[in-house]
Amino acid sequence: MYPSRFEYDAPKTLEEAIAILDRSGGEAKVLAGGQSLVPMLKLRFASPERIVDINGIPGLNHVRVDADGTLRIGALVRHEDMENSALLEKSYPTLAGAASLVADPIVRTRGTFVGSVCHADPQGDWAATMIALGGRIVAQGPNGRREIDMRSFVLGPFVTALAFNEIAVEAVIPGAKGTARGGYLKLERRVGDFATASVAVYLDMSGATVNRAGCALAGVGGRTIDANDAISVLNGKQLTDENIAAAAEAVADAADPRTDHRGSADYKRHIVKTFVTRILTGIARTEQKAA
Amino acid sequence: MALDELKIGGMGASRRRVEDNRFIRGKGQYVDDIVLPGMLHMEILRSPVAHARIKSIDTSAAWEVPGVRLVMTGDTMAARNLAWMPTLSYDTQAVLATDKVRFQGQEVAAVIADDPYIAKDAASKIIVEYEQLPAIVNPMQAQDPNSPLIRDDKENQTNNKVFDWEIGDKSATDRAFADADVVSKIQLHYPRSHPSPMETCGSIADFDRATGKLTVYMTSQAPHIVRAAVAMVAELPEHMIRIVSPDLGGGFGNKVPIYPGYVISILASILTEHPVKWVEDKSSNLISTGFGRDVYLQGELALRKDGKILGMRMHTVSDHGAFFADAQPTKFKIGLMHSTFACYDVPAAHLTSEGWYTNKAPGGVAYRCSFRVTEAMFFQERMIHAAADDLGMDQAEFRRVNLVKDDMFPYRTAFGFLTDSGQYQKCLDLGLEAIGYSTFAQEQEEARKRGKLLGLGISTMTEPLGAGNSREYDIIGIKMFDSAELRVHMTGKAILRTGAKTQGQGHETTWAQIVAHELGIPADDIVVEEGDTDTAPFGMGTYASRSTPVAGAAVAMVARKIRAKARKIAAHLLEVSEEDIEWELGRFYVRGNQERGVTIQDCALAAYSNVPDGMEPGLENNAYYDPPNLTWPFAAYICKVEIDPETGVWDVLQFVAVDDCGVRINPLIVEGQIMGGLTEAYAMASMQYITFDEEGNCIGSNYMDYLLPTAWETPGFELYEVVTPCPHHPIGAKGIGECATVGGPAAFVNAVMNALKHTGVRNVDMPLMPNRVYEALQTGKDVSGMPPVKAG
Ligand SMILES: Cc1cc2nc3c(=O)[nH]c(=O)nc-3n(C[C@H](O)[C@H](O)[C@H](O)COP(=O)(O)OP(=O)(O)OC[C@H]3O[C@@H](n4cnc5c(N)ncnc54)[C@H](O)[C@@H]3O)c2cc1C
Repeated sequence: MYPSRFEYDAPKTLEEAIAILDRSGGEAKVLAGGQSLVPMLKLRFASPERIVDINGIPGLNHVRVDADGTLRIGALVRHEDMENSALLEKSYPTLAGAASLVADPIVRTRGTFVGSVCHADPQGDWAATMIALGGRIVAQGPNGRREIDMRSFVLGPFVTALAFNEIAVEAVIPGAKGTARGGYLKLERRVGDFATASVAVYLDMSGATVNRAGCALAGVGGRTIDANDAISVLNGKQLTDENIAAAAEAVADAADPRTDHRGSADYKRHIVKTFVTRILTGIARTEQKAA
Repeated sequence: MALDELKIGGMGASRRRVEDNRFIRGKGQYVDDIVLPGMLHMEILRSPVAHARIKSIDTSAAWEVPGVRLVMTGDTMAARNLAWMPTLSYDTQAVLATDKVRFQGQEVAAVIADDPYIAKDAASKIIVEYEQLPAIVNPMQAQDPNSPLIRDDKENQTNNKVFDWEIGDKSATDRAFADADVVSKIQLHYPRSHPSPMETCGSIADFDRATGKLTVYMTSQAPHIVRAAVAMVAELPEHMIRIVSPDLGGGFGNKVPIYPGYVISILASILTEHPVKWVEDKSSNLISTGFGRDVYLQGELALRKDGKILGMRMHTVSDHGAFFADAQPTKFKIGLMHSTFACYDVPAAHLTSEGWYTNKAPGGVAYRCSFRVTEAMFFQERMIHAAADDLGMDQAEFRRVNLVKDDMFPYRTAFGFLTDSGQYQKCLDLGLEAIGYSTFAQEQEEARKRGKLLGLGISTMTEPLGAGNSREYDIIGIKMFDSAELRVHMTGKAILRTGAKTQGQGHETTWAQIVAHELGIPADDIVVEEGDTDTAPFGMGTYASRSTPVAGAAVAMVARKIRAKARKIAAHLLEVSEEDIEWELGRFYVRGNQERGVTIQDCALAAYSNVPDGMEPGLENNAYYDPPNLTWPFAAYICKVEIDPETGVWDVLQFVAVDDCGVRINPLIVEGQIMGGLTEAYAMASMQYITFDEEGNCIGSNYMDYLLPTAWETPGFELYEVVTPCPHHPIGAKGIGECATVGGPAAFVNAVMNALKHTGVRNVDMPLMPNRVYEALQTGKDVSGMPPVKAG
């Protein structure tokens, strides 16, 4: 596997990296964990003239919570860091649920959370969690920083709202008003397989009542499916069997799978429905126990 | 005093693999590690379409890339009469396409350049104009009289048929069916699978114009066959051809055929007068090199009400791709498919087979199996499972009634094989006990209350391993015996060479153990070398579990020849007559006076310094071994699964493997072979899927789609052993390298089918992906992996 010729830069600051991107006029690519970009280079699906390696830039590997409850994930936080984070384990069940299902343990040591979101693979796991959690991407370019809402970040398969001279420096996830609940379920054929279908669910709950429900799907459409509107039937409601069934039905309707060798469109929709039901039922049971 | 055999690493010692010392340190020498002075690099341009006429090839832009030395097309090959080459099955295969391309991934042109990047850049600049033809992607389409003729290059080929073949007694079988109380039928597809060795195929051809010698470093499981074939195809004198197969990163049958890339690199070296390296990438290996299986299997059993099998009928329709490049013994067009039901007492049987060309990569390599026995045993065990259900009989009991009993050996099967030994019942019982068969029904009931479906599947089988004998088994006319050559040095250390070729089996470890067993020389004092045709004795290579049965036997025999000479030397040293010499491990002594003796090392020294008058000096010899029969290991694999009916996902709860491969040379290696084979069996049963769309595009042409199992999802396996020595093998060993890949898949599938029994579903074709299992549960109907058959 021999990629096309490319130039390689390893800048030491964000400003320098952005300047290189800017000069390259769209012919350069950012390299984070390399777990999607390097295979694409080797297969010659991508042949950028220049690679801008951001791994040497300090200050990009933080997972921290601001005073107002906002979670911030730096651009060099690896999947593995997400998996091992006690903070996520305790307070971010949607992220914690996905962390051990992204790729395989080897890939997880290199691949980054933000890189995965930027890659915008319709089967990617993290973009789905970000959409469900109402997250935003902080992009930095020659003219400074801006925040892009996840709902308008992924424009299509492998296409995002980032400009060619912008770097995603951070993912931002707003804190819950009440308690954060949620989960992530994925149907895969093998560890390290992309999703046949996966479901990210987030609930901001006060007592037994859902303040806001979030949901997104991977693997069941031409891009990450934003099912926030579908699951909003739960907003202001309790997790009764009927409400759960209605939500699962609505989310399954939002899926847009196609029939292929992993199964029929109907099967994948059925899996979505089953997974939404399982996550919500699991939360309802925990709530009951707590009450 | 006799040595402790286990201490010197003899038979039965679980010696760590000596080759691993270099492998785990990254010090293996694979083809791609070899760098020769002035070496150039070759890249092959492959066809993007499955079936098309080549209208033109424009190579001018490729020639212009700096660093390009040579661009080759079919015309370059044709000018030397090398556009086509013979296959191992008496067919021909295009080296570089001249007229048409016949599968996606076929070799169309090659670029030779200073480095592999340049070669790749330049190859992408070659412009090929194709006129696309309809593609044929399965044997059902191939049969359609209106379908295009794939092999219009062959004289007298008027349709897409490769062969018709038949074996058995038709009329006796017809009578058995006429007498039957119950007839049970099944129809299956064994999907295409790829051996997928870690290391792809590759070669470095180095033609030296000054000496006229051609050296080719090559990823071959059978370097001597390659030498013979190159001598015949390239018309080079055989003594001027040296094939070196260095460390191999797995083979699994994938490295038995001779691929176009090897031949192109040879001509490229002759033309450029430089060594030329070709190493294909993973995707190329996956789409263009020998596949396994792809056979439609259907058949039926004639049964008596009490469960006795009276007769068996079977028909196979196999998909060979565009060139019949199977590596099968000449006489047997569909390999040893007729070994099916060899472990059962079946009075009458009849098998008919038809093979078809399609627009797919040539298939039919024996992927970790002894020539189609994987398909044979899968059919057998799926048929047995269905028949037991049809009769309403317990799965174990039905097998018990029909398995060949210990006192029936030697047993002649209806297809003429002679199975010679085994304790089938004992193996089965051991497995049933281990999996808790007697309490399974209760367990199943309890699981149902939790909303889960439990299933238990059995697969019992014996398989023919270790071809020859040479009367019946040959490949392109070369008889299937094997060889060993042993040189004992002055200080009692030794070098052993064989005609086999290790590729992960651990020959460097186990062959030394056989010598240690025969001569008492510690295994650590013996180095084993294979794969260089200039130094190794002639042999047919390693595949079909034949190394231990054939080459391993030759190792024992050559060691015995050495011992016979050493005995004479011992008599000379001890000044007694040879008749008065006794042998114990590592030492000769005078009968009646055990104290007076000499070690094998003493004899080795004397062989070079003090031989009796009239004796040739030295202590070396060779042995060619032509086995009297195949070896017949037996296996009972039993699997317990749990299905989540809401998703169709199934998990293996327990897997028990009982293997009887006769005497175990190195139990650790035997267990490794079984674990690896079961892992591959699990992969085929659960996840591996490579198929083609209507245009012949390969779906699943990379390793994100075609899945190799890892340690994370592979279930654990519990291993048990029974030992019935092979009656004709010098050390009582039978083949083991492939039992688990062959017998394993049916255990997984039978377990899932058992869990679905209440739905009336009889078959779900592999791979049993969750969507297929779910569909079966929902519809209560079989799920077929077969493509829809088009009406003619
Ligand atoms: C075997 C294997 C299995 C996998 N399985 C899964 C799976 O199951 N689920 C899953 O979600 N993913 C899977 N992946 C992909 C993996 O998660 C990648 O790590 C991820 O998609 C990309 O992250 P990265 O840091 O490796 O990005 P890179 O490969 O470095 O980059 C990916 C793309 O994003 C851009 N990019 C990266 N970071 C930034 C940034 N900060 N700003 C702007 N652009 C940026 C790059 O330019 C490039 O276009 C798998 C990968 C492999 C090799």
